[in-house]
Amino acid sequence: MKCPDQIIEWMHDYLDGDIAPDDEKRLREHLQHCSACSQHFNSLKKTVAFIQYASPLAPPADFTANVMAKLPKEKQRVRAGRWLKNHPVLTAASLFAALTVGSLFTTWNKEQQFSVSTRENVIIHDHTVIVPKGETVDGDIVVRNGSIKIEGKVNGDVTVIHGEKYLASAGQVTGDVEEINEMFDWIWYNIKNAVKAMLE
Amino acid sequence: MIMEMFVKKHIKAIQKGDQNAYAEIVELYKDKVYRLCYRMLGNRHEAEDAAQEAFIRAYVNIHTYNPAMKFSSWLYRIATNLSIDKLRKKKPDMYLDEEVSGTDGLTLYSQLPSNDASPEETVESLELQETVQRAIEKLPEKYRSVIVLKYMNDLSLQEISEILDLPIGTVKTRIHRGREALRKHLGHL
Ligand SMILES: [Zn+2]
Repeated sequence: MKCPDQIIEWMHDYLDGDIAPDDEKRLREHLQHCSACSQHFNSLKKTVAFIQYASPLAPPADFTANVMAKLPKEKQRVRAGRWLKNHPVLTAASLFAALTVGSLFTTWNKEQQFSVSTRENVIIHDHTVIVPKGETVDGDIVVRNGSIKIEGKVNGDVTVIHGEKYLASAGQVTGDVEEINEMFDWIWYNIKNAVKAMLE
Repeated sequence: MIMEMFVKKHIKAIQKGDQNAYAEIVELYKDKVYRLCYRMLGNRHEAEDAAQEAFIRAYVNIHTYNPAMKFSSWLYRIATNLSIDKLRKKKPDMYLDEEVSGTDGLTLYSQLPSNDASPEETVESLELQETVQRAIEKLPEKYRSVIVLKYMNDLSLQEISEILDLPIGTVKTRIHRGREALRKHLGHL
């Protein structure tokens, strides 16, 4: 004799944790008397146990760093536009800056030497500034013509001019992180600094 | 609740352009997204590619994220769709029209040796891990995604319905069929 399909549906409702008490009672009663269904039910439970206990896997350790490295860089103009929108009062300053672009261009090309604004709690190696694991730098860091690798913590802004920043997944910067590799960035950087100085 | 607040705060920062805030989001969800892709694709290398791509897509499209949905659901949706796309490219005609049919089991699997250890003990063995994964890979993709989300990612029917944008009833039916199909491969072990 073939058992009603309803029995198997109840088994699944039971496994979903979504069965009416009456149905559960009927299911139990049926299973007590029907070895075929009881076997079916046991093999379902076993299957669920197998897939549930399948061991969790973890992605490789450099997963986050790889994702971050592949993110598209923000477009310079988008960034500048957003900055301007957030600082409407300062739009006038850009006019002023436009007048000084000539001189900025000269400094952009002139400054080719590696320099870093702090030597405290950092390691300097081959034009790369390293904030080691466990170390904390208090204050802003500006690196020119070199790169920075942050494994520890920086309480302030990080600016890299003509270079690159590497942020280890454990590394932390409380302020803004900025890379300046284009004239356009360089101009904005100077405007922001000029304006900041004006406001302070 | 704290987790939700943490995520909301970070999403806002990312939408404002703070890339570093995204690193923390990736850290938070990478295990789950990777696991989802691995179980869907059955291969570490492809899973890593798919999981990375899912995070990059989520970042690029962060402005389209609607906070009415859980962020994790949105992320899992991207990862599931990506995995399904990859599956389709890999095996263009193998799963698409395959239905789980009545009672005939797959003879390949009935040849596997059986043993009497409890599931917990047996699952320790790598072979069984393999067998479980291969059984999941035999599932047509529509059953595979619900089974992976429910059992590998431990999500509720409600969340699965949100992720796949399907009515709960459909999710249930697919889980039931998926379980029946897996039972034929694993139930006798
Ligand atoms: Zn029966």
